[in-house]
Amino acid sequence: MTTARNIGLAIEDLSVYYGNFRVLKNVTLQIPSNKVTALIGPSGSGKSTLLRCFNRMNDLIPSARIEGKVYFGENNIYAAGVDPTEVRSRIGMVFQKPNPFPKSIFENVAFGLRINGYRGDMNEAVERALHVAALWDEVKDRLNDGALTLSGGQQQRLCIARAIAVEPEVILMDEPASALDPIATLAIEGLMRDLSREYTILVVTHNMQQAARVSDETAFLMMDDDRAGYLVEHGETQQIFTNPVDERTEAYITGRFG
Amino acid sequence: MNRGSKGSLQAKIVHSLFLLCALVSIVTTVGIVVSLFVESIGFFREVSPWEFLTGTRWSPILKPRSYGVLPLVTGTILVASVALALAVPVGLGIAIYLSEFANDRLRKILKPILEVLAGIPTVVYGYFALTFVTPQLQRLMPDLLVFNALSAGLVMGLMLIPMVSSLSEDAMVAVPRSLRNAAYALGATRLEVCLRVVVPAAISGIVASFILAFSRAIGETMLVTIAAGASPNLTANPLESIQTMTAFIVQLALGEAPHGSLEFQTIFAVGLLLFFMTLIMNILGNIIVRKVREEY
Repeated sequence: MTTARNIGLAIEDLSVYYGNFRVLKNVTLQIPSNKVTALIGPSGSGKSTLLRCFNRMNDLIPSARIEGKVYFGENNIYAAGVDPTEVRSRIGMVFQKPNPFPKSIFENVAFGLRINGYRGDMNEAVERALHVAALWDEVKDRLNDGALTLSGGQQQRLCIARAIAVEPEVILMDEPASALDPIATLAIEGLMRDLSREYTILVVTHNMQQAARVSDETAFLMMDDDRAGYLVEHGETQQIFTNPVDERTEAYITGRFG
Repeated sequence: MNRGSKGSLQAKIVHSLFLLCALVSIVTTVGIVVSLFVESIGFFREVSPWEFLTGTRWSPILKPRSYGVLPLVTGTILVASVALALAVPVGLGIAIYLSEFANDRLRKILKPILEVLAGIPTVVYGYFALTFVTPQLQRLMPDLLVFNALSAGLVMGLMLIPMVSSLSEDAMVAVPRSLRNAAYALGATRLEVCLRVVVPAAISGIVASFILAFSRAIGETMLVTIAAGASPNLTANPLESIQTMTAFIVQLALGEAPHGSLEFQTIFAVGLLLFFMTLIMNILGNIIVRKVREEY
């Protein structure tokens, strides 16, 4: 289990098409394990599309097609015979808008465990996930209340608990704080830092300060003239924000465009 | 200034016009209820409500007369039950298939076919039951009577499938994409997403479609008049010939019962009971829906 925890992600010459339209071209990138990696870039640069390649969520879009390889540890998750549901139970995801199920708080966290045939103590597993998501103290007396009675920030932490409950190795986050107020945002950011001790975290964000605050590494994407996204630069967050190699990165992070 | 007053006059006219439209439905409902009550009063002066509701023999025209409505009620519920036993699983299955599994091309072929099914006049369904389905069933079950509840119920089920499937599908399609994505991202299969997320979230619409189908089934007239028979029969056996409440009303209305006679008034007594049955169904439905629904 400890070795499995150290699996990183790597993509090799990845291109993504929606129909005939290429949204990402020739991206090659290594994501270190047990760190927070931020994907930044202007709208339309394909950050979210890139993120969704890691758990094969793009498979759900009928016109989507990918070329290239995505490695999770040693395995190409797009190889023939790979079950996408298996991939998704090991690489969790948190979405832009909190999307708890219209079920109780408890059932939300238990959902992934139930569908994955979890045989252990459900109460214990739910409590553990809620602790990790720093939500337990707020909800322990109302686990049977509807999830939609929670505030937006609490709902998002519930979604994180739901993802954590199935014990994935990687958590993908698609602008997880963009629909939240500043205080709830800080709570989510603190959580990301804490989670990176045990999980590999990949976060898409529009917010430069957020990327600088939470991430260890940053990848910067841009949109080309043919409107396909491509990777400009990837490195340690410190270096990207203080001493970028590429002048386009510098222009973006200093706010000259985007 | 001018413009303003013109605008407000226009708004008033439009407002009253639409109010009038809304009133039409209210006035109609009230009118029906009042006429049912008024005409039934005469009947219940002669026959006690207790005798009417608990009597097991219905013979309002032929002597010895007897006004126990139960055979009509059981006949009605029997046909409706057969119909729902077919329409609910098939309709829900179609809805699930269309909403979660079918691709766009197939959906574009299937939906119009279902709409055609919904548009066939009930009299056609009636003769379809009598002249096609019943003979086929008789080949399997030689004892089956020409007029029977099974054949009428099955064909009524066919008739109700589009209603169940299209209302259920609407409810399922309305479930937000984000909930499906959440489940997929946890490693759910398509079937799990469908059964554990989409159906529970759409359950109020789905149950509503069942209730509407049931209401429609007990109110359906032409099909059962043609195919189910005209013999009030207190039975739970769908192979027998029965008479539904609606079919009785038709039978009597076509006959020569003089206006104001007790025979004639039975129409309204039976009609009033039918009205209460659908009312109770709808209330029950609302309670069920409120209890089980997941709000998103």
